[in-house]
Amino acid sequence: MSMQVQLVGVEKRFGPKRVLEGVDIAFAPGKITVVIGPSGCGKSTILRLLLGLQRPDAGRVLVDGQDLAIFKEPDWMAYRERIGMVFQSGALFDSMPIGRNVGFALQEHTKLPREEIDRIAEDKLRLVGLAGQAQLRPSELSGGMQKRVAIARAIARDPGMVLYDEPTTGLDPITSTVIEDLIVSVAKQTGATSIVVTHQLSTIFRTADRIVMLLAGVVLGEGTPDELKASPDPRIRGFLSGTVPDGWA
Amino acid sequence: MNLFESVGEPVLGFFEAIGEYTLFTLRTSKLLLRGRIHWRNTLAQMAFIGVDSLPIALLTALSVGMVFTLETANEFIRYGATSVIGGAAALTIVRELGPTLTGVVFAGRVSAAIAAELGTMKVTEQIDALVSLAADPLRFLVLPRVLACVTMLPLLAFLSDAAGIAGGYGIAVYLKGVSPLVYAESVRSLIGPDDVAKGLLKAAIFGLVVAIVGSHKGMNARGGAEGVGAATTSAVVVSLITIFISNYFLSSVLFPGAGAH
Repeated sequence: MSMQVQLVGVEKRFGPKRVLEGVDIAFAPGKITVVIGPSGCGKSTILRLLLGLQRPDAGRVLVDGQDLAIFKEPDWMAYRERIGMVFQSGALFDSMPIGRNVGFALQEHTKLPREEIDRIAEDKLRLVGLAGQAQLRPSELSGGMQKRVAIARAIARDPGMVLYDEPTTGLDPITSTVIEDLIVSVAKQTGATSIVVTHQLSTIFRTADRIVMLLAGVVLGEGTPDELKASPDPRIRGFLSGTVPDGWA
Repeated sequence: MNLFESVGEPVLGFFEAIGEYTLFTLRTSKLLLRGRIHWRNTLAQMAFIGVDSLPIALLTALSVGMVFTLETANEFIRYGATSVIGGAAALTIVRELGPTLTGVVFAGRVSAAIAAELGTMKVTEQIDALVSLAADPLRFLVLPRVLACVTMLPLLAFLSDAAGIAGGYGIAVYLKGVSPLVYAESVRSLIGPDDVAKGLLKAAIFGLVVAIVGSHKGMNARGGAEGVGAATTSAVVVSLITIFISNYFLSSVLFPGAGAH
């Protein structure tokens, strides 16, 4: 079931650097929201806040109406079992073959027999176009294949929310397209709320139901791709067209 | 930087580090007390840490036992104390050299391996990935390594004791002409089960030091390959220093009448 996610007045600092300064975002349940903005604007921090890898200095992160600030360790564990995360680097466990990577959460959190876990892992690998490759090690895969395995691992337990951190950065255009199509088809098949952090134009326009643009730690604008392309703010239009507006730097 | 800052900063850093290691150990111990042991990983670590460290640990102990006896046998024979050659070697090996040298081998081999592996996992986001998959890195990664070190280091120290005594036996009997019976009787009369047990207790504590330091350094590695390298080097240095310092205090407490046999 898709999850409702909302940031209310969220602030986050790293030392003297203010990364998020009172961010308010309501992510549409079951839709793909793409968070964009230049490097260092706090996009990935939002994902880390949603995962509980970092805590906000002020404001609230609400998931299905619950404030994550009140979570205790067992609550975090239960919550994370409902989330899938695709890391920028893939972050596959290099000590195990990719089938075990995909079946990891099932192995750790369910009492399913090994054969059943392997079957589910194979199904998920098939979904990302890697059927029959379960025995390969992450080191034997290309960057694009690693991202696909990371997606298969993230959706192994049919999560209510899938987070993607720069899923197409560093990939060639064709592999990027494959990953973008995969993000869309996963969202359709699972109905999960998807949050994609990227600054790749192709990823933005091929995947987004809604776009949120951040700049210097604040929300500069949000809406559908068409709405933002027609934004009166030249910084938003410039970012989405790949041109440098006046006063950008 | 004034005088107070230049003295105060390292002192504060030292106590901060002590606090961090203590908290890290307590959090890991809490999992153990709750019975939240990841058995599959623990057994895998036991195999890796124990079995793979066996040859180098035995070789070190054998060599030290032989050299120790080679150096001391002549003096004992000259003063007519042939009957204590075996006992002196065994006592030194069982109380000190066995546990400490096995601890040193572990600090070099195992603490470095733990720091390098966990450090690489940290900088490649694999530890964050574990968290995102609702797996506790302390339970999944750290506790298995702690249990493996705390159980395997005493086991290896025990085997090292045997190898060291055997090495001394070889030198005393075949090179220095000491009677096998005299050597064996000397060993039997000068060391008791409590010497062995206390030596192994020290080894278990060194195992805890190696695992905690290696894990903590690895889990806090930053900045890519350079950070992993720094964490690995630091893990070895801190493990060694901690083993040497704690060895003095442990020996003082466990063997208060050392030399009074």
